[in-house]
Parts: sequence; structure tokens; C-alpha cells
Amino acid sequence: MGYLRRHPRAVPYLLIAPGLIWLGLLFVVPLYYLLSTSLQSGDIYEGFRQTFSWSNYSEMASQYRPQLVRSIQYAAIATLAALVIAYPLVYFIARRGGQWKSLLLVLLIAPFFVTYLIRTLAWQTILADEGLIVGVLRDVGLIADDGRLLATSFAVVAGITYNYFPFMALPIYVALEQFDGRLLEAAGDLYANPLKAFLRVTLPISLPGVFAGTLTTFIPAMGDFVNAQLLGTPKQYMIGNVIQSKFLVVVDYPLASAGAVMLMALILVGVFLYARALGTERLTG
Amino acid sequence: MTEIDVRLEGVTKRFGEFTAVDDVSLEIPRGSFFAMLGPSGCGKTTTLRMIGGFEEPTAGTVLLGDQDVSLLPPYKRDVNTVFQSYALFPHLSVEDNVGFGLREHGVPKAERATRVAEALDLVDLEGYGKRKPRQLSGGQQQRVALARALVNRPRVLLLDEPLGALDLKLRRQMQLELKRIQQEVGITFVHVTHDQEEAMTMADQIAVMNEGRIEQLGGPTELYERPETAFVAGFLGVSNLIAGRLDGGDVVAADGSRLAVAPDAVGGRSGAVRLGIRPEKISIAGGDAPAGASVAGTVREYAYVGVATQYVVDTAVGEIQVFHQNATPGMQVAQPGSRVTLTWDPQATFLVEGETQ
Repeated sequence: MGYLRRHPRAVPYLLIAPGLIWLGLLFVVPLYYLLSTSLQSGDIYEGFRQTFSWSNYSEMASQYRPQLVRSIQYAAIATLAALVIAYPLVYFIARRGGQWKSLLLVLLIAPFFVTYLIRTLAWQTILADEGLIVGVLRDVGLIADDGRLLATSFAVVAGITYNYFPFMALPIYVALEQFDGRLLEAAGDLYANPLKAFLRVTLPISLPGVFAGTLTTFIPAMGDFVNAQLLGTPKQYMIGNVIQSKFLVVVDYPLASAGAVMLMALILVGVFLYARALGTERLTG
Repeated sequence: MTEIDVRLEGVTKRFGEFTAVDDVSLEIPRGSFFAMLGPSGCGKTTTLRMIGGFEEPTAGTVLLGDQDVSLLPPYKRDVNTVFQSYALFPHLSVEDNVGFGLREHGVPKAERATRVAEALDLVDLEGYGKRKPRQLSGGQQQRVALARALVNRPRVLLLDEPLGALDLKLRRQMQLELKRIQQEVGITFVHVTHDQEEAMTMADQIAVMNEGRIEQLGGPTELYERPETAFVAGFLGVSNLIAGRLDGGDVVAADGSRLAVAPDAVGGRSGAVRLGIRPEKISIAGGDAPAGASVAGTVREYAYVGVATQYVVDTAVGEIQVFHQNATPGMQVAQPGSRVTLTWDPQATFLVEGETQ
């Protein structure tokens, strides 16, 4: 204590030290290794050498472009689907839930107490060829008699949508829960019908929640590999599957690292453009 | 014959078992400043909300001009509201807030900009258009709310306790400001408040409400000088009420003393009544009363407040409060325990209903 009293200027530095050490050890150092590994070449038997060659990146970009593009597509569709499903649902809970609000919210989150893997495997059963849904769809002719849901892009996107749904729902819920309903009266008073009032008042004010929700859904969805693996086939594989197999199956660390770095860079650029498009001023209020 | 802007015909609003507004009828002439005054829960805000379209009446009709709007949603009514909470849109700038209604009405951009600037000018906020509401003080936000409603030039402007959140000094200032603006734009203002001084300062006509009904409707002077019910007499200022019976134009108090009443205050009343007299209309003098002309009593308490002295006097007809203006220099008229005589002009009296058992 004597030291602190003699050096009051040290206090803020000491307070942020644990965070900085955490960030350094668990983010900066691994990131450095990832970047440096991505610029190595060689193989697991003869060892990897630092060659500063960009070939890993060009190989990733050319050979695995379909998986990269697919990741963006799947993640974007799943994010959009989650938004379209989550917004009306949490709007109802937040604005009309009344005394049932907390219960409804718990019900919304409850499935996610079950582990990720089990939830995804459950979708295998739900979408199975001999399952109820496929049976009904075949009977009414919405899909062909030998048509399937499992092992299709639909199954993978549906799985991603479902698995990241709470990340979309909760931030929007918070935004709508804090929304002052009296503003809607004011909008009505100023000649806006309910639809216009929603578009000009509720939606813009809940936009920070939508922004947070889409990011927390889109970012992990981009890197997801479990859904493609369990609900799809190699034809549905995403960049996450490639990275996973390069790291753990093929054991080509440099190529896997290059894939991971590329994914990160893509997401960073995407988030930046997205924030610019929505307008940071509007988002921070 | 002046045109009527708002007409309520037998309007009732029930929330479940509770009757918030009970068979209210009134007419608000064009260009007037009309106040609905009453304690909280008296139904004044509910009445306002039915004019604005935020509540549907359970029974009765709300008319704007000749149009029955009872079931019309707010966005189809030519009425704008200044909300108690202001309800400014936090994501929009001041000028976008003010221009909100014009945009909904499809007013072209250029005209919109001119009218928004005019409205901000009217409420002394020129140059604040680009700011966000949260960058403004409470008083400034209040003005934005006012401008946002006024800019649409509605048939009627509704004000729901608009000054309630302001401190006393700012409130006084805004009262005069609102009055000035109302005279400038000539729009009918309907103002809800529980502050009798605010209503008296601003309104041409005041409806005093209690338990969902209008107790009395009239100008400030009329309400203060000739309240018709004990509630109005007590809600607007302080009153002494002396119980008695009407007899040949006089009130005979419980102790048998006869008190003269202003003839035009009698109205159609008879039987048990209470005679009212305002504390500042009573003169107080030392010594015993000349019999029959006034009331004698003993000073129980007094409080010297500089400009006036307040006395509480025990008399044969009950406790009477007196405000004595300290207009002449010198000592106090009376000390506690001293005998005094209270006199007043019978013209200053009024009558309200007798005490209910």
C-alpha cells in the first residue's frame, strides 16, 4: 500500500495489468504463432521451416475457394434467417410478454443448456430420411419421393440458424425491452400509422441490438464446421471443415494457419463494412 | 357564436370496475386556452387521452369540430400532443423530431425545413436543430416537444402536464411562455395540470375535475371568487367554510348568529349550506365585536410571513383563517389569546353544499 500511496500514477496501470496479461498471453502470442506458422512450409515428417512464403495463402484461396464462398453464403443466410425469426419473437416477448416475460425468455434459452453436439445430432434425427418431417413433405409432394433434407445445404443452414439463434435473440431482446413504448404513442400522435411507427421509431432504435445480434451470429457461423459435418456431406463443407481437417487430419499446420488467418481477415473486413453501412453514429446512439 | 373545436358529449371511460371518467360533457371554443385541473386520479389525463385518441371512450362521443372522432386512431386526428415525458425520439435530431409529423403528412422537404426552422424559432431554439435530444436540458427538451406538436398547426394542441418535470423557476417562466405562444399561434390549447396556480396563470377556462366528473367549469376569477362546491373552494386556494342553514337570504350558523350572503351567490340553494369566505378578504381588529355585524373570536395561532400575517381564530362558528396584509408599519394586530373581531364584505362570500354526514 505504501508503494501505491507514493506512486498514485501507477494505479491505473496496475488495474489494467491483469487484462493486458490475459490479452497478451491468450491472444497476441497465439496470433503471432498463427501468423508465423502460416508463412512456414514443409511437412510433419521433415519439420516446418520459416520460409515467409505466401504459397499457403494462394493455395487456400484457389483450392478451397468453394468452401470459403460457401461459408460466407451459409453464414449470411443463417444470420438472416435467425434475424427474421428472432425479431418478431423477441418483440412479442419484450413488448407483450407481460408477467410471462421471464418464463418465455427461459423457454427460449432452455434448449441451449443441452450441449452443442447433442443438439446438432438431434437435428439428424429430426431431418432423417425416415423421420416425420421428410415423410410429411414427401406425402404432400413438396419434395420428391426420394428427396431428402439431411445431407443438404438446407440442413446445414438450418442447423447453423438454430445453434446460433440465442446470440441473435438476446441482444435484440435487450434493445426492445429497454424501448420506451410511449415513443409509439408520440409517433401515432404525429400521424404515423402502426407500420410507419415501427419502421421510423422502433426499428431504428433497436438497430444496435440487431447489429450486435447479427455479428454474434455471423462471426461464429462463418467458422462453424460441426453443422456441415453432422448434417451435411463433403459437398456442404465450409472453410471451418477445411481448417479442422488440415490441423487435425492432414497435419499441415502452415496451410491450416493460413486458412484461419484468411477467415479472420475476411470477417474483420466484413464487420468493418457492415458497421460503416449501418452508420456507427446511429449504433452508438 | 364562436366555433367549437372540441366537444365531449357524455363521455365515460371505465377500466374494468374503475370509472376514470364519468359522463363528462364540455365544449372548448376555438382559440381558447382550456385547462383541466384536478388531483391525480381525477380523470383529467384520461379525458385528454380520449381527445388525443390514445383511449377509446366506453360511452359518449368525442367531436373535433363537427367530426365524430370517438373511434378514430390518433394518427388520423388533427390533434397533437405534448407528452408529460416529452417522448422525443432519441435517435433523431431536434429538426427531425420536429419535422416528423410534417414528413408523415407528405409535406415537401423544402417547406418542411422552413416550417421546422420557424417552429424552433417560436420556442427560442434556433440553432439547436442538429443536436440530439439527450444533448439538451430538460427545459429545452420541453420546448422541442412543444415545437414538434405546434409545427403541424393542429386544430387542437393537447398538453399533458408538460411542465411537471421542470423546476419551479423554469416552470413559472414556461407558463408565461406557453401563454405567449398560444396567443401568437391562436391554436386551441387543452392543458392538463394538478397545479392550480399554473391553471389560473394560463387558462381562459378551467374545468375543475374530481373523481371523474367536472366539479365546476369557468374562468379563473369566477372559480376563485364563486366556487360552487366545497371541493373547488378547497382545491383553488384556501377557504373558510361555515356550516349553517339558509334563512331569508342569510346563513344562520350553528350558534344562531346570522351571517349576510351576497344575494347573487345564493342561486337556487336552500336548507343546509356552508358559507365560504377567503382568508384574505377578512379584516381583523382588536377588541370585541359590535353585535350582529361580524364575528368575534380568540386568536389561537399566528404566523408572521413578512408580507402578511396568517391568523387562526377560534370563533363561535368554528375556526377561521385570516391573511392580514401588513400594509401599515407597526406592531401586530393581535397576539395569541387576544380577542379580535373579524369583518368582511358580504359581497365576498359564496355558498357551497352543506356538509354530508
